Amino acid sequence: MTLTQGTIWFIIIGLGLGTFLIRFSFLGIIGDRELPKWFLRHLNFVAVAVMPGLIAPMVVWPAATDGVLDAPRMLAALAAFAFGIWRKSVIAAVLAGFIVLYLALYLFG
Amino acid sequence: MNDKPLSPKSAFWLGFRDMVPFLLIVVPFALLFGAVGTEAGLNISQTMAFSILVIAGSSQFTALALMTENAPTFIVLLTSLAVNLRMAMYSAALVPHIGRLPLTTRAIFSYFLVDQTFAMSLNKYEENPGMTLAAKAGYFTGTFCFIAPFWYVFTLVGALVGAQIPAEFALDFAVPICFIALSAPMMRSLPHFVAAITSIIFALLFVNIPYSLGLILAAIIAMIVGAQTEQWLKKRIAS
Repeated sequence: MTLTQGTIWFIIIGLGLGTFLIRFSFLGIIGDRELPKWFLRHLNFVAVAVMPGLIAPMVVWPAATDGVLDAPRMLAALAAFAFGIWRKSVIAAVLAGFIVLYLALYLFG
Repeated sequence: MNDKPLSPKSAFWLGFRDMVPFLLIVVPFALLFGAVGTEAGLNISQTMAFSILVIAGSSQFTALALMTENAPTFIVLLTSLAVNLRMAMYSAALVPHIGRLPLTTRAIFSYFLVDQTFAMSLNKYEENPGMTLAAKAGYFTGTFCFIAPFWYVFTLVGALVGAQIPAEFALDFAVPICFIALSAPMMRSLPHFVAAITSIIFALLFVNIPYSLGLILAAIIAMIVGAQTEQWLKKRIAS
């Protein structure tokens, strides 16, 4: 990279400040004010609406394989999801994901 | 069922312990960021400032990638911040639970509002509707007190050790596994499941929309679909 030291620091501090303001947005401004009912109904779905969408492209087009669909990574994703739902446990999902990933990479890789 | 309400102190230790599995993700992710930062030409204090001031792995990687390509400063900031826009939704989702805490506490919690602390805390709050405000605050504090130090320390280790982690460990996939593990237990009702599927479909369709706006759009659609499904089911049961 050919950025000056000043630019690098400007980016780091700007990103830090901006990220904080995003995180503080609702918690800081709204506080204990009542939120409208329709808004709360939608809030219920924030996590399930964001997280699956965030990872779906990483699973279907993994960066490590230059965007080519990859069987071990797809199997690992399915295993983590199935175990997470079945056991209702984050740790079970993480372990299942990694075990299947390494096993499949060893078998097909 | 819990008869006795959870005390803030035991909630703290519960949150602390609940984060242990995320070591599997946070440690390699931090190592990787430290290593990639050094390789890209940042000095140790700059790499550390990233992890301490920003404390959001995916946007840090985004910024680093764009900086390596000498993108204009404005684009670096805009794109990396767009990656973090989802946290505004996290912030909103926590308002009904911890919105009555003092402003300083809310500011501190906002700084530590990352995917893992958010998802674990929200899951806990929704599973235990009787939790007091103090217990909710205790739980959240426990989650970040456990995980944040690992993020800082292993960024440093990564920056010092450099880019020597072999590709065979497939650490690129630690992040997707982490997010799947976090979202799977959230499928507690049909509308939640429908929202998740909607989010996946639209995120894939919108993948070419720049600055991560595709994800934000997909999330908004998924929230609407989830809320509508819930209303529709309620009406069907009522009639």
